[in-house]
Amino acid sequence: MKRQLPLLLTFLAGTIPIVAFFVPERHVGLVSTTLDSWLIIVAGFALLLGVVNVIQMNANKIHRRSSGWPYAIVLLLSLAIMGFFGFAGAFDMFGGIATRPDGSSTPFDWLYKFAFLPLQGTMFALLAFFMASASYRAFRARNVEATILLIAALLVMFGRIPFGEMVSKWFPLATEWIMGKPNMAAQRGIMIGAALGAASMALRIILGIERSYLGIGKGE
Amino acid sequence: MPRDFPPRSFSARVPSLLFLACVLAALFFLVSTSQAQSQAAVTQAEEVPAQATDLVQPAPPPVTDLRAIDTPSDEGGSITVRWTEPANAEELGLTYQVLRSDKPDGGYAPVGQAGAGEQEFVDMGLTDGQAYYYKVRSVLGAGVAESEATRAAQAKGNWFRSYRLNALVLLVVFSSSVLYYITRARKAKPIYIRKIAGLDAVDEAVGRATEMGKKMFYIPGIMSVDEIQTIASLAILGHVAKLSATYNADLEVPNKDPLTFAAARETVKEAYLEAGRPDLYREEMVNYVTYDQFAYTASVTGKMVRERPATNFLIGSFYAESLLLAETGQSIGAIQISGTAEVAQLPFFVVACDYTLIGEELYAASAYLSREPILLGSIKGQDITKFLLIVALGLGVVLESIGIKFMSAAFRMK
Repeated sequence: MKRQLPLLLTFLAGTIPIVAFFVPERHVGLVSTTLDSWLIIVAGFALLLGVVNVIQMNANKIHRRSSGWPYAIVLLLSLAIMGFFGFAGAFDMFGGIATRPDGSSTPFDWLYKFAFLPLQGTMFALLAFFMASASYRAFRARNVEATILLIAALLVMFGRIPFGEMVSKWFPLATEWIMGKPNMAAQRGIMIGAALGAASMALRIILGIERSYLGIGKGE
Repeated sequence: MPRDFPPRSFSARVPSLLFLACVLAALFFLVSTSQAQSQAAVTQAEEVPAQATDLVQPAPPPVTDLRAIDTPSDEGGSITVRWTEPANAEELGLTYQVLRSDKPDGGYAPVGQAGAGEQEFVDMGLTDGQAYYYKVRSVLGAGVAESEATRAAQAKGNWFRSYRLNALVLLVVFSSSVLYYITRARKAKPIYIRKIAGLDAVDEAVGRATEMGKKMFYIPGIMSVDEIQTIASLAILGHVAKLSATYNADLEVPNKDPLTFAAARETVKEAYLEAGRPDLYREEMVNYVTYDQFAYTASVTGKMVRERPATNFLIGSFYAESLLLAETGQSIGAIQISGTAEVAQLPFFVVACDYTLIGEELYAASAYLSREPILLGSIKGQDITKFLLIVALGLGVVLESIGIKFMSAAFRMK
């Protein structure tokens, strides 16, 4: 039963959306949308499980003085402060969680705007530097393939900047051709293969052949 | 040196003065003429509406061929009204009012509008099984013309979306192909599957971490378990965790999505149990970090730099964080195996990782790693469908080139 019940639930959860895709009857649609709602509810509980795990893990780290334990203090403090103002805001204390009617920030909003968003932006901005280092490695002409890649990349970059168009009108045209023909053909090849792979995997899961993700042994 | 000019007499200046007088006269004439013209235009413009109001607006032509039918392939509660508009409708700038009644001979009330060029209106929110009648009123300024009423139409729910028949056919062909090869595999017919370097390297990567006495990070993407890539990743995680249990390697699985976290924890726990080493499993192996994409990335890259793992697995659904994670792993010298079906992230993984599972290889991984004949059978079935699609693509190119639109119509999705 421990093995059969998850497989039965998986079968139902996988089959109903497929049926709803083809059958417009409203009861079928209702079952399908209800399943989606359940997923959100389950995810809500799972998030609670995640928060408990974060607290447990970091509290243990501080208790054991494991490597990097001061970071755990920062993390738990940040969690507590944001959590406190978030909960308090939900009960309309400190003016809620968004901006006040006069335009001033509530504590939660202030922390979000002036601590969280800049940190998030910093991480995203790092991408530019990582892209530069990755490009430098990728575009070294070590063999024929890498040389073709280098030439294609240079053409595309030249065609995408005003200077390239100033030098020759052929650069934007070459860029368009590279992006629209060989690049698009390769992308579509990958996408068709991936879509079929995903469909095959879904079929294996629905039929209970693929079980490794449940950790319940080999397919039968 | 300055030159002196002799003073000119009055008679010598007469031609110049005459010319100046002519120019001034011409200018005066032009200005006065244009003023008169604009005055006339203003007067005319003021008079036009007065004349227009005196005209009687003619009745516009009515629509023809009006019919109301149950909206096909819907869940019910709607009727589609179609008509043919007059030939010069767009030129005239006609608009249409759709009127509905539950009696054929009266009580019609507007339920919707349409502009010139539109010849269909879908009336929603109706009661299934009740008879409805429709008229369409053509409107042009103050003039209106009503069409004849339609026959009774009833809304009803349908059991099949007929416009998705092509998808159903493809699904049946695909499923039959997969199931046929699974059945074949059950009869122990050997099935060949090509080498996938990235998956062959999994053992080597786990072995390297064991030998070096360092950690392995397994990052299952940032999406939830409703994403098929995450499920495929969890299947590979099961294999990696089993190897990790066998070799007593140190595995860590940081998670961004709470549902993936719960599933990953069960997968790793069961893998350790299956490997006969439940004693090696620790709760902190699979941990939750945060729901925010970049906070998660900051945490994982920070851990990579501090703990310097020997091996990183980046397998699942990734977005902007893919390069940040892979490049950090590359910078610390970890052996990296990545896999995703996100086309936009693949180049980043190819550049920064040692091995990359591209698209379908990710989904084939569990079959490849387990070598289960039944799972391999499904891969074969998938390949057969791919072959059929390639044939259809080639045929489609040829037919479209000679002007036959059959294939593009057959594969069009609504």
